[in-house]
Amino acid sequence: MNYTLLLVLQGALLLGITSGALGTFALLRQQSLLGDAISHAALPGIVIMFLLTHSKDPWLLLCGGALAGVVGVVSMNYIVAHTTLKKDAILGIILSVFFGFGLVLMTVAQKIPVASQAILNKFLFGNVATLLKEDIYVVACISLLICAILTLFWKECAVYVFDPMFTQSIGFNVKIIEIILTMLLVLAIVIGLQTVGVVLMSTMLIAPAAAARQWVTKLLHMVVLAGIFGGCAASVGVYASSVIDHLPTGPAIVVAASIIVFFSLMCAPKRNAA
Amino acid sequence: MITSLHVEIIIIAILAAVTCCLPGVFLVLRGVAMMSDAISHAILLGIVIMFLAVQKLDSPLLLVGATLAGIVTVLCTEVIIKSKRLKQDAAIGLIFPLFFSVGVILVSQYARNVHLDIDMVLLGELAFAPFNRLILAEIDCGPYALWVMGGALLVNSLFVSLFYKELVITTFDATLATMTGFSPAVLYYALMVVTSMTAVATFDAVGSIMVVALMITPAATAYLLTKQVKYMIGLSVVFATSAAILGYSAACYADVSIAGSIASMTGVFFVGALVGRSGLF
Repeated sequence: MNYTLLLVLQGALLLGITSGALGTFALLRQQSLLGDAISHAALPGIVIMFLLTHSKDPWLLLCGGALAGVVGVVSMNYIVAHTTLKKDAILGIILSVFFGFGLVLMTVAQKIPVASQAILNKFLFGNVATLLKEDIYVVACISLLICAILTLFWKECAVYVFDPMFTQSIGFNVKIIEIILTMLLVLAIVIGLQTVGVVLMSTMLIAPAAAARQWVTKLLHMVVLAGIFGGCAASVGVYASSVIDHLPTGPAIVVAASIIVFFSLMCAPKRNAA
Repeated sequence: MITSLHVEIIIIAILAAVTCCLPGVFLVLRGVAMMSDAISHAILLGIVIMFLAVQKLDSPLLLVGATLAGIVTVLCTEVIIKSKRLKQDAAIGLIFPLFFSVGVILVSQYARNVHLDIDMVLLGELAFAPFNRLILAEIDCGPYALWVMGGALLVNSLFVSLFYKELVITTFDATLATMTGFSPAVLYYALMVVTSMTAVATFDAVGSIMVVALMITPAATAYLLTKQVKYMIGLSVVFATSAAILGYSAACYADVSIAGSIASMTGVFFVGALVGRSGLF
């Protein structure tokens, strides 16, 4: 096994574990498509950061993406609070309008002589093969941060996921828990954009959690199992794309994750309610 | 300077916008708006499979394949929801990236040398639409996209006007609809077929992201301003048309992505409605 493959495997493994574990919360709160919306909403932030700094450092650009993702979530919450529109319509609006605006900015960026289009296009489909050693450190730090925060606020998050009303009534600040979970989601998406890109990020969040949900009934078990599934899918995808010529990594990971889900859907013991 | 090229693009954009927002109204009302996102991504797989079967990029079978892929997406999602193992949002979020990924993988393995650009499917390029012309008996009948879009608009208008009563009653009161003999399931699938066909007809010119923007945002904007379905349809047509015209003008002025600009413009209208609705109606 060569050095590059090992590096890429490490990155994908970290992403798979973190987004799998975090996706559990999104799935249980019925916010599976939130990840899709946030990853699309990040595009204008990435391009604005590029326009401001002309930097090619992906992490700096992703900081902009994270900010735009947060703006997207805040706008979503504002619309939820002030209208009677259904949640999925709001997701669709944020997703498409932010992404559309990102496209507009991208055509602006392409006129700048220093603009390397490649770096912006990279975020559409992700490119795990270009991960450097320094990138792995950043991915590892973000993953550790996510796990640390999740452990620290485990009790709060667990209660909140199952019964927000109860959580509020026993004196927890529901808003803060909500913000923490959403911020973690944004962080996970930021690593994911580097790896699998905008379109396929939602699978990284949902698939491992959806598969894990079929086998276990305890939250802790589900988070751990989802992490394992996510890690497996990512490693298998990366390995397959290194063995088979021209097999793109992101889609390979998605197919691997989907196989785990469909196996679980068909083979796991029956439950009474979803 | 307004040339015939500009006029043609604007007409195609308006047709696409109105075609999308007609089924969009009912998607928004039923709470299945994200289905448009799923369908518009999943059609890539249908196009790729059909292309591999017939080896021609301009075959109408490609569009048939795309529509079928859209319908299969809806069916798969339904099967998962019916199994009660996952909720609707998770089912949608699982199926379409898988279809999209399989499409991308098939292109990378079997059609690498063909001009089947995935960027184009996602982003579209309205500016190129007028160059692909429909020539019948050596007479230039205008851009191909104009005819496709016109046909799609006709189908959608007929669908909404002929089944208006059924659509409304199944949307708001499924029980009453069943009691009075309208099957909500049949209407739901009919709506999904129409949505798939709309996505297929429009994505070629405007890209899948703009399909989502045009289906959901004008309808949602209209939803904020009125309580009646009739007015909601009317208003969303107005918003979609205005977004197409203003978005295209802005894109020309600033020389940026047309699809992106129109999508942004639908957002501007939405924010305007959100902020200004207290004084209206």
